[in-house]
Amino acid sequence: MSTLPADLKYTPSHEWVRLNEDGTVTVGITDHAQKQLGDLVFVEAPPPETQVTAGEACAVVESVKAASDIYAPLSGKIVESNLALVETPEAINKDAFGEGWLFRLAPVDATALETLMDADAYQTHAHDDG
Amino acid sequence: MTMLYGHGIRIFRRARNARLKPAGDMTIDKPLKQTALHEKHLEHGARMVNFGGWEMPLHYGSQIEEHHRVRRDAGVFDVSHMTIIDITGAGARAYLRHLLAAEIDAMSMPGRALYSCMLNPRGGVIDDVIVYYTGQDRYRVVANAATRDRVFAWTTELARDHSVKPKLLENLAMLAVQGPAARARVVAQLDRDTGPIAERLGYFHVAEIGDTWIARTGYTGEDGFEVLLPAAAAPALWQRLVDAGVAPAGLGARDSLRLEAGLNLYGAEMSEEITPLQCGLAWTISWQPERDFVGRTALTQEHAAGVTRKRVGLVVEGRGVPRAHQRVLFENGEEGEVTSGGFSPTLGAPIALARVPITAGERCEVESRGQRLPARVVRPPFVRNGKACIPIVS
Repeated sequence: MSTLPADLKYTPSHEWVRLNEDGTVTVGITDHAQKQLGDLVFVEAPPPETQVTAGEACAVVESVKAASDIYAPLSGKIVESNLALVETPEAINKDAFGEGWLFRLAPVDATALETLMDADAYQTHAHDDG
Repeated sequence: MTMLYGHGIRIFRRARNARLKPAGDMTIDKPLKQTALHEKHLEHGARMVNFGGWEMPLHYGSQIEEHHRVRRDAGVFDVSHMTIIDITGAGARAYLRHLLAAEIDAMSMPGRALYSCMLNPRGGVIDDVIVYYTGQDRYRVVANAATRDRVFAWTTELARDHSVKPKLLENLAMLAVQGPAARARVVAQLDRDTGPIAERLGYFHVAEIGDTWIARTGYTGEDGFEVLLPAAAAPALWQRLVDAGVAPAGLGARDSLRLEAGLNLYGAEMSEEITPLQCGLAWTISWQPERDFVGRTALTQEHAAGVTRKRVGLVVEGRGVPRAHQRVLFENGEEGEVTSGGFSPTLGAPIALARVPITAGERCEVESRGQRLPARVVRPPFVRNGKACIPIVS
């Protein structure tokens, strides 16, 4: 069972969200998700200035097994994407909650974070999901 | 995904230690067969999957790392799920000359192995196999796991006209130890008498040492051995190899290695509807005048009419992995199909095998997830002697 950072929020589609001091949020996929996917080989993260809508696909990760859409957890504008993943997509496998971060966005409404799952809720969800 | 327990519809099976994950797919709860190495796989952190009704290790952490270990050093695969059929007796050679399409007489000396297709009367492939001959009319056929029932039924049916009785062996395990350091690691586990026998084996040769067969064959494009031994002895040998530095390697790495090596996978490059002439295996066919193997008439007709499809390799130049059944589009409007696709760790690029029209050109596009991935047509293998043998144009 993966250790789940308690200070993050989570989505049903296995993204994690970290609220940064400057009000932006950093987004990645969970350790559970990277295990399901297997070795990652390509990451397509949205470039800065892209407008994203909560619940809509905004990035793609592709593993040896399959390609998978990443969904924006909140609506807002992309501030930064993790360019290191172009050369080393395996960072997501090795450190999903840290070096494997996908992008950072400035949310339209930071309070929407409250509607996301906390660690316990995600733990239950991931356990049921398999 | 909702789990419905007790309704007998779809049940997500969960192992006691929560290690069994059928790769996210929900399957009817039916006991999977396990090899003698099952506990070893779990002990070493394997992610297990259902492969043809067997519970097999997909990887032990990272299939890409296992792939690199095989190319650079040595890895060990549990291939005990494969189908092993012994054929012995005075009629064995004549029988195999009818059953199989390759040059059986190339195995005139004991200790030879041979790769062959087993065809149906239409010339389609029932399976691809390796036959081992250890002398004194003793042959062993190793076929795929998924085709077990069909292959055994077919070999049994054809044996009726010959004085042989194919015997399915179910008490053997099989380890494939592959990589530049593989043979040395295996030899180091053998004793003073048997070590030299194994060490002297030439390519595609086999030695029978007591109840163990050691063959210098494999499916990765690297040198190495395949060891067939009593199931009870397999865990100890596996552990000694791993303790000596051989990396446990799973089905994920096995597939990416064979793809780089340009080796066909039954069910992907060929099936009962595909002939060897259409999937790059024309070289395995024996055209000796007096050979009457099943499927020969159909192949002769196809050859005379002109084969219309061929197998090629693709190196994708976009950032996407080609997958089986995706369309391959050529400038002249012709179309082919990806038969196997994946990411090549050694090349650092996506590659594929594809079945395309015989007149297909050098450049194409793979239709993948609504996009077109540019690709160039190459002649497999993609990797030889552990290194890329296809230049990568970045």
